[in-house]
Amino acid sequence: MDAIKTWLGRSGLASIAILAVLLLVVFPLAMDTFRLNLVGKYLTYGFVAIGLVMLWGYGGVLSLGQGVFFGLGGYAMAMFLKLEASDPESTKIQSTPGIPDFMDWNQLTELPLWWEPFNSFGFTLFAVVAVPVLLAFSISYAMFKRRVGGVYFAIITQAVALILTVLIIGQQGYTGGVNGMTDLKTLMGWDIRTDEAKTLLYFLTAALLLGAILLCRWIQLSKLGTLLLAMRDKEDRVRFSGYDVSMFKVFAFCLAAALSAIGGAMFTLQVGFMSPSFVGIVPSIEMVIFAAVGGRMSLVGAVYGALLVNFGKTYFSETFPDLWLFLMAALFIGVVMAFPNGLAGLYESHVKPWLARRKQAPAGSGGEPPSASTAPAAPTVPHTTTSSAAAPAADIHLGAKVSSQSA
Amino acid sequence: MSFDEIYNIALMQGFAGLSLFAVLLLMGLGLAIIFGQMGVINMAHGEFMTIGAYTIFLLSSLTETYAPGLIQAYFPFAIVCAFLVAFAFGWLAEWALIRHLYKRPLDTLLATWGLSLGMQQAFRTIIGPKEVSPTLPDWLMGSWSPAEGLDIPINGMFVLGLTIVVTGGVLLALYKSRWGLRVRATVANRSMANAIGINTTRTDRVTFAIGCGIAGVAGAAFTTIGSTGPTSGSLYIVDAFLVVTFGGAASLWGTVVSAFGIAQTQSISEFFLSGSMAKVLTLLLIVTILMLRPQGLFASKVRR
Repeated sequence: MDAIKTWLGRSGLASIAILAVLLLVVFPLAMDTFRLNLVGKYLTYGFVAIGLVMLWGYGGVLSLGQGVFFGLGGYAMAMFLKLEASDPESTKIQSTPGIPDFMDWNQLTELPLWWEPFNSFGFTLFAVVAVPVLLAFSISYAMFKRRVGGVYFAIITQAVALILTVLIIGQQGYTGGVNGMTDLKTLMGWDIRTDEAKTLLYFLTAALLLGAILLCRWIQLSKLGTLLLAMRDKEDRVRFSGYDVSMFKVFAFCLAAALSAIGGAMFTLQVGFMSPSFVGIVPSIEMVIFAAVGGRMSLVGAVYGALLVNFGKTYFSETFPDLWLFLMAALFIGVVMAFPNGLAGLYESHVKPWLARRKQAPAGSGGEPPSASTAPAAPTVPHTTTSSAAAPAADIHLGAKVSSQSA
Repeated sequence: MSFDEIYNIALMQGFAGLSLFAVLLLMGLGLAIIFGQMGVINMAHGEFMTIGAYTIFLLSSLTETYAPGLIQAYFPFAIVCAFLVAFAFGWLAEWALIRHLYKRPLDTLLATWGLSLGMQQAFRTIIGPKEVSPTLPDWLMGSWSPAEGLDIPINGMFVLGLTIVVTGGVLLALYKSRWGLRVRATVANRSMANAIGINTTRTDRVTFAIGCGIAGVAGAAFTTIGSTGPTSGSLYIVDAFLVVTFGGAASLWGTVVSAFGIAQTQSISEFFLSGSMAKVLTLLLIVTILMLRPQGLFASKVRR
């Protein structure tokens, strides 16, 4: 029994299981469809946040352009849905029936060639991941092979976010401009606006997210994860050990891009539209704060971070719109200055020792009940075991002291 | 269109590029000395520019109310004030925030972004969300037409002159003053500079404040070409970053050349394409060049 518990704790599966129960059982039971849909929308940001954990927390590469990949994934999905919504029958009042409404408004008379493949659902699913990964690869390969990193990389990704936003807004006829792609109705004949569809999409999002977390956790526990950590802390030593550092960074960036894109596609499906306001500089940097609040080293923490910040944003921007930006400012500064490891770090440094003390007090007689009763009492506190699990492994593999504290 | 007209349009378009060049350079200059010395990217730099612009607006309103006779003369004084106010806020920001984060450049990005959000909201709360413009003295209005069909706006020339003065001043200060000597020593080798008795902490703070002060002057220049709102500064911030990285960190000449190149590319392509496509083209060009030559145009030989 104890062996299983230790293994669960070490691999981080226990915290993932708690998150799974919360997402798949507690939320659906406790919330109506509207709120569940809202949570589903926040969870799509969770994809971006765990991508950033892999890229920023583990790889040490900060990207301020994750909105680009979120947007590309979302737009790819939106293009498919838009084409389906613009069949000749329902668009017969347009001067050119059968093309999306915004194209008609912008005097386009036929579907642009690069829109054609998006008639196929299979191609769309492929494009959702492939297009962002391709872009991520070409950016990161060019940069990391020349050993450019850190602040420079962050600024380039930010510039890419700006370029894409300006491009989308400027090319109204092809992209829908500022309004984005709206009025998305059905997915292969299945109405995505009904309550059942929304519930189903929520479960799909949650399941995909949990799958993504498991995948990332597996990567973290593998040799690759150790190498990423080592690279973040002492890049040169890893290079001198014979590893091609740049390709590991490229991999982390492509992984983060793919995850963000899946999040974007699920976002489009659940919300029913996609617009440039999820692509640009401001949303991209907000995505970083999701990961930072949850804890840049903790996958599960990042999901809680995305949920919490977005709940806060929805709540405050509705009730105290002026206060929200101040709060956001305080969040950025506070997380960096006082809690660099976010909520997960707080859990590690405060809640865990406290739990351990409470466990020791009854001295074996009733060791199980206290921990079982405290876990549901604090559901928003993320569990993490990354630092304890990864650091000794790094020591063994490299013989170098690899600190698990963020650089 | 005759040749003369095309020539005139080209001249005017080129001059529009020069105005953009002036604002970009003033923004980039402050960023460049901060980034060059401390490796800190100041995301709130645009807001320091806005502070400068608001200072001008405040002084112009005060002059209009209490001393209408001085309206022709207040502007140079106001520019100095814009510098001082932004300098003071920069000093404060360095003391409260930046100095704790020198070892973590990526975290500075986030913290200063938070600072910029807070400052924007503060502008909105204190001054109001509407865009404001100061009353400019008459001698800044109008245009100068040296030839038939050729109009060069006077405010543009003023901004250009101001930029030349400030850039010259910064270069002079960096290469001829004690402060410049300390800055250059710190950039070249921080621990060695510390060892020979240069107070690098103090140098950092002064440099940061001066960088912010220059942003304040940029704000002053900005008021002569456009109106100021709470988010005016953030419009230029990415461009200003690109100016600095494109020019090559820690190289002021690089900053000047890249600001010129970026502004002219933007303004010339604006003549042939729509505004947004010109912007896309310019940014794409910069990003592509930066990917091929990441050290920027003028790489300084600094040991890292």
